[in-house]
Amino acid sequence: MSRSSSRESRSPLVWQWFGTLLVAAFALAFAFPVYFMVSSAFKAENEILAIPIHILPYQFAGLEEFRRAMEIAPLANYVWNSALVSCVNVVCTLLLSAMAGYGFAKFNLPFKNFLFFFVISTMMIPQQILVVPLFVEIKYFGWVNTYWGLIVPGLMNAFGVFMMRQFIAEIPNEIIEAGRADGASEVQIFVILVLPLLLPALASLAIIIFIWSWGNFLWPLVAVSNEKLAVLAVGITTYTQPYQRQPMWGAAMAAATLTTLPVLIVFLAFQRHFVKGITAAAIKG
Amino acid sequence: MGSIELKSVGKRFATFEAIRSIELKVEDRERVVFVGPSGCGKSTLLRLICGIDDVTEGRIFIDGVDVTAVGSAKRGVAMVFQNYALYPHMTAEQNMGFSLRVAGVPKGERRKIVRGVAAILQLEHLLHRYPKELSGGQRQRVAIGRAMVRRPKAFLFDEPLSNLDAALRVEMRLEIIRLHEQLKTTMIYVTHDQAEAMTLADRIVVLNSGNIEQVDTPRNIYHHPANTFVAKFIGSPKINLIEVDRLAAAGLGQLVTLAGRLFGSKVRSIGIRPEMLQLAKNGAFSRLCMNVEYFGSETIAYFEGFDGVPLAAKASGETHFQLGQSYKLSFDTVGLVGFDTTGDALPPL
Repeated sequence: MSRSSSRESRSPLVWQWFGTLLVAAFALAFAFPVYFMVSSAFKAENEILAIPIHILPYQFAGLEEFRRAMEIAPLANYVWNSALVSCVNVVCTLLLSAMAGYGFAKFNLPFKNFLFFFVISTMMIPQQILVVPLFVEIKYFGWVNTYWGLIVPGLMNAFGVFMMRQFIAEIPNEIIEAGRADGASEVQIFVILVLPLLLPALASLAIIIFIWSWGNFLWPLVAVSNEKLAVLAVGITTYTQPYQRQPMWGAAMAAATLTTLPVLIVFLAFQRHFVKGITAAAIKG
Repeated sequence: MGSIELKSVGKRFATFEAIRSIELKVEDRERVVFVGPSGCGKSTLLRLICGIDDVTEGRIFIDGVDVTAVGSAKRGVAMVFQNYALYPHMTAEQNMGFSLRVAGVPKGERRKIVRGVAAILQLEHLLHRYPKELSGGQRQRVAIGRAMVRRPKAFLFDEPLSNLDAALRVEMRLEIIRLHEQLKTTMIYVTHDQAEAMTLADRIVVLNSGNIEQVDTPRNIYHHPANTFVAKFIGSPKINLIEVDRLAAAGLGQLVTLAGRLFGSKVRSIGIRPEMLQLAKNGAFSRLCMNVEYFGSETIAYFEGFDGVPLAAKASGETHFQLGQSYKLSFDTVGLVGFDTTGDALPPL
C-alpha cells in the first residue's frame, strides 16, 4: 500500500475518533448537572457547595435529605398533583390530537388547509405571551386555584395535532373505506381501526406531553397559589426561598431528584419511540 | 338476487367529469368486467356502485331498490380493494369477521361463519396470522373472504390481482371463476388487463374518458368492436387499422374495392386482427419485415405500415421471418372490420 493511500484510509478514522470525543464532551456537559443533583441529594449540607466540588460524597448522608425534603414541604402532595395533571394532560391530549389529526388528514372539510395552518401557527407563539390572556380566561370561568385551571389550558396541543395528522395521512384511505363498507360507524373506524395503527405515534406523543407537562413551571405558578394544588416544578422552589433561614440545598436536590426520576424512567423506557416519533413527524408529509 | 342498474350516473370532481351519464344493467349472477385505460373512470364507477363515493347525478338501483342515498354498508355489496386493504393489526380471522363484529354478531357465531368461509378459500391454517405474515395470494384470499363473510348480493373487485406475479394471477383468476360458480353471486370486476377481462367476463364494459364505448360478450367485443377505440384497446398485439385512402395511394385499388363491397361507400378504414394477416405466395400486397418477436408457441412479425404504424402479423412459432425482407401478405375477409369517418364500426353488407 502506498503512503498516500494509507493516509487516506487513516483520515476518516481520525475524524471518527474526533467526532466521538466531541459528542462525549457534550454528553458529559449535559449529564453533569443531573449527576451533581443526584450526588448532592446524598451529601451532607456543608459538602454540597464545597470548593473544589466533591464528585462523590465524602460524608454519605443516606436518605436523610429525602426525609428532610418530606418534612419541609408536602412533597407527596406535589408528586400527586404533578402526576394527576400530567396523566390527564397526556390522555386528553392524545385523544384530542388524534381526533383533530384524523379530521385534518382524512376528511374533506371546508377551509381545511387554512384551519390546519392556523392550528400549527399557534406553535410559534411563546407560552409567556399566552399566560396573561389564559389567566384572564380561567378567572372568567372561576377556575383560578382549581385543577380545572391547572389542566384545561394544556389539553389542546398544536404539535400533537400536527404530529397525528402526519401519521394518519400515511394510513391508506382504503383501510378506512373498507371499514365503512364493512358497516363500521365513524367512531368505530376511529377507535377500532385508526387508533391501533397509531400506537407508535401515540407512544411518542405521550412521552413528549408527559415530559412537557411534568416539567411545566410557568403556568402552574400563575394558575395556582394554593400550596395544596402546587405541582412539583413549583413546589420545589420552597426549598430555596429567600425567606427560609438558610437555603436547604440538600433537601432541594433530593426533591429535584425525585422530580426528575419519573421523567428519566419514562424517557429511558420509551427512548426508541420518542426519537422515532420526533423524526417521523419531521419527515412525513 | 343481485341485479345492479345505473341510470344516467355521473360523477364530477370539481371541474373534471370522471363519469358521464352512464346507463348500464348488470343482471343477477352475471360476471361483468369494466375495462379501459388508466383514468377512464372504471374504478370510480365501482366506488359509486359500492357507495364509497357519492354520485353527482343519476340513480343506482340494486335489486330494483334505489340505493343512491344509502351508505355502502347497507347496499348489500362487498368490495375487494386493489391493495387488499386488510387491517394490519388484526389476524386473518379478525379481518374476515370485522363486519360481523361491528354488526354485533356474537363471537361464537362469528367464528363459525368465518371458519366456514375460510374452508371454502382453504385459509383455515392461516386464520391466526397477521397480514404481514401472509403472501400476496393469501392476503388476496383473506380480502375475498372478508367480502364473502358479509354474504353480499354482489362482489365488487377493484383490480384485485394487479399486485400479484403473473403465475399467481392466472391461479387466482381461476379461483375467482370457481368461487363465482360456487356462490352464484353477481360480480363486477375492474381491470386494465385485457386477458383478465376476456377470461373472467360474461360481458365486458369498455370505458373511455368516463363513457361506455361498448358492452358485450368477450367474443363480440373482440370480433365485432363498436368503434376504433374498442378495436385498438382489445387484442394484443393491437388490431391493424388501415385507412382506405392510404391503400389507394399505395396502388392497392383491389383492396379499396373489396372494402367498399364489404362495408359500403362510407368505409374510411379497415381493421385486420394480427392473426388474420398471413403470409401467402399469392398475397394481395407486399411489405418489408421490420421487427420480429418470438414467443415460443407463436411469432409476431411487424411489417412496414401504410401510414407509418407497423402492421402486426401473428404466426406460429415455427415460422421464420427475415428482417428487411419483403413478404407477400393476405387476409381473411371474414374477420375484417370496417369503420366510418367518426371511427364507428360499419355493419357488413
